[in-house]
Amino acid sequence: MGSLNATVAPFTTSNVIPWFRTFWALAASGFRRYSTYRQATVAGIVTNTVFGFLRCYVLLAVAGVAGTAGGYDRPQLATFVWVGQGLLTVVLLWGWTELADRIRTGDVTADLLRPVHPVTAYLATDLGRAGHAALARLLPPVVVAPFFFDLYLPTRWPTVLLFAGSATAAVVICFACRYLVNATAYWLADVRGPLVLWTLGSGVLCGLYFPLRFLPEWLYQALWIATPFPSLLQTPLDVLVERDPAPVQVTLVAVQAGWVVVLLAACRWVQRRAERRLAVQGG
Amino acid sequence: MTEVIRARGLRKEFTVHVKTGRIRRARRVRAAVDGLDLRVERGEMLGYIGPNGAGKSTTLKMFTGVLTPTAGEVRVCGLRPVAQRTRLALRIGVVFGQRSQLWWDLPLRDSFDLLGHVYRVPAAEHAARLRRCRDLLDLDGFLDVPVRQLSLGQRMRGELTAALLHGPEVLFLDEPTISLDVVSRQAVRGFLAELGSTGDTTLVLTTHDLADIERLCRRLVVADLDAPLPEPPVLPGAPLREVAADGRRLVYALESAGVAEVVSGLAGVASLRDVAVVEPDIEEVVARLYGAPAPAAVPAP
Repeated sequence: MGSLNATVAPFTTSNVIPWFRTFWALAASGFRRYSTYRQATVAGIVTNTVFGFLRCYVLLAVAGVAGTAGGYDRPQLATFVWVGQGLLTVVLLWGWTELADRIRTGDVTADLLRPVHPVTAYLATDLGRAGHAALARLLPPVVVAPFFFDLYLPTRWPTVLLFAGSATAAVVICFACRYLVNATAYWLADVRGPLVLWTLGSGVLCGLYFPLRFLPEWLYQALWIATPFPSLLQTPLDVLVERDPAPVQVTLVAVQAGWVVVLLAACRWVQRRAERRLAVQGG
Repeated sequence: MTEVIRARGLRKEFTVHVKTGRIRRARRVRAAVDGLDLRVERGEMLGYIGPNGAGKSTTLKMFTGVLTPTAGEVRVCGLRPVAQRTRLALRIGVVFGQRSQLWWDLPLRDSFDLLGHVYRVPAAEHAARLRRCRDLLDLDGFLDVPVRQLSLGQRMRGELTAALLHGPEVLFLDEPTISLDVVSRQAVRGFLAELGSTGDTTLVLTTHDLADIERLCRRLVVADLDAPLPEPPVLPGAPLREVAADGRRLVYALESAGVAEVVSGLAGVASLRDVAVVEPDIEEVVARLYGAPAPAAVPAP
């Protein structure tokens, strides 16, 4: 038995490796959990592809004969839409109420009885889910699209690495936002209100409905710095289609990194507050 | 003998919102656990019983660090449950009969593997414990079935295994045999008896099934229900005279109302234990008559 009063075990190499092993095991379980729902995956792919066509034709119509809109040319717009359609389910903008449901039913008790912090455990599982989505949901639209549209291929090799980093950051940011929205269930019991706000706000402000560059410059810059929304979808897509020169790309990813730190800290803070007042529902 | 659980003056209050009007709600504070003192030694098998709502589950949740006590202190394995919850989690096992700690969409086998990683159990120990549980709880038939498709009895056996794979020092069981059939119930009981007989694992068990207790526990703790007393009902024609014994005895005076009306008015009080109609003795009646101002005695001006 170690010392009795230390609240946190010292962070040494001897327990960093097991920590990663635990994290990895949880992520792998997230991957497996989502891979069991095959019909849902197929249905999702079909929906995403149909909406991909719709959105792509709308944006190309906006570009019109001039061939550009918001500083994107036609292939850039097509890539923006099609990769965006895939990325949508990788970051999982909508449809995650697992935590809220578990709070409402009281099953969250089981999460609290594990030797892993709930935010860490849920994040690991979500990264596993995102890994599954990247294979099963991001690839199909990207494979289908080139048969119908001209797509943009990055011309600078670091873009690919930056995109990978940016997409991962987007997953973590989106997870943290969803966690915060779900965590309102600790206080409200019913999260439909916050969920509607989140669905509306994120759809408009993350660049899904239209690229944020269509807005006046002062507005989208304000959104970028003051809200995490553009970091969810607009940033990884802008990085991929090389909308900006390399230094700006790096800056955008750095902004994402900032949001990762801020939002994960917020999740832990909210979780701690919630645990202090937690009344487990249903006996 | 070493002390595994120590609780002193443990108390948990909940705020209940009671509907009082069309929109208005009153906040009432209700103590689910009120001043619990308990000491449990290593290797004990403790049965914890009490009526519904007596705070048994709440107590277990405070012991395991899920709920923060309103007052009092508690130590489990020498740790403070809420502040050191993740460290405590490595040393205790918990089964809540009405909750699942398994992963709904994963087969039982995968859940067990994952638990091994989450609790960082050395592979050899993990395999040995799993083998023992498989033998005693007869898990082999459904190890590869996703948890959501297991029957309740199968799931419960899975839950027990899940709670034991990391070799906990204390096992908390909240109604582990709830809604199990006779066969599963006996399997679970037999398993727990075997587990307790080694004397390494401390067992704290809440249940409504006294056969569980009879078979397993050598020590019994009874939580009593100290429900909040209802407001004294207002009865027409019989004013409330006296409230005695901490609000447990109400004395009404029968003025214009008859005995039948008062008794039926009181029958609505759920916690009614006893009604007695007391005839005042003759002296008291006479004294009261003399004491009252008689209208005839008022002299005319």
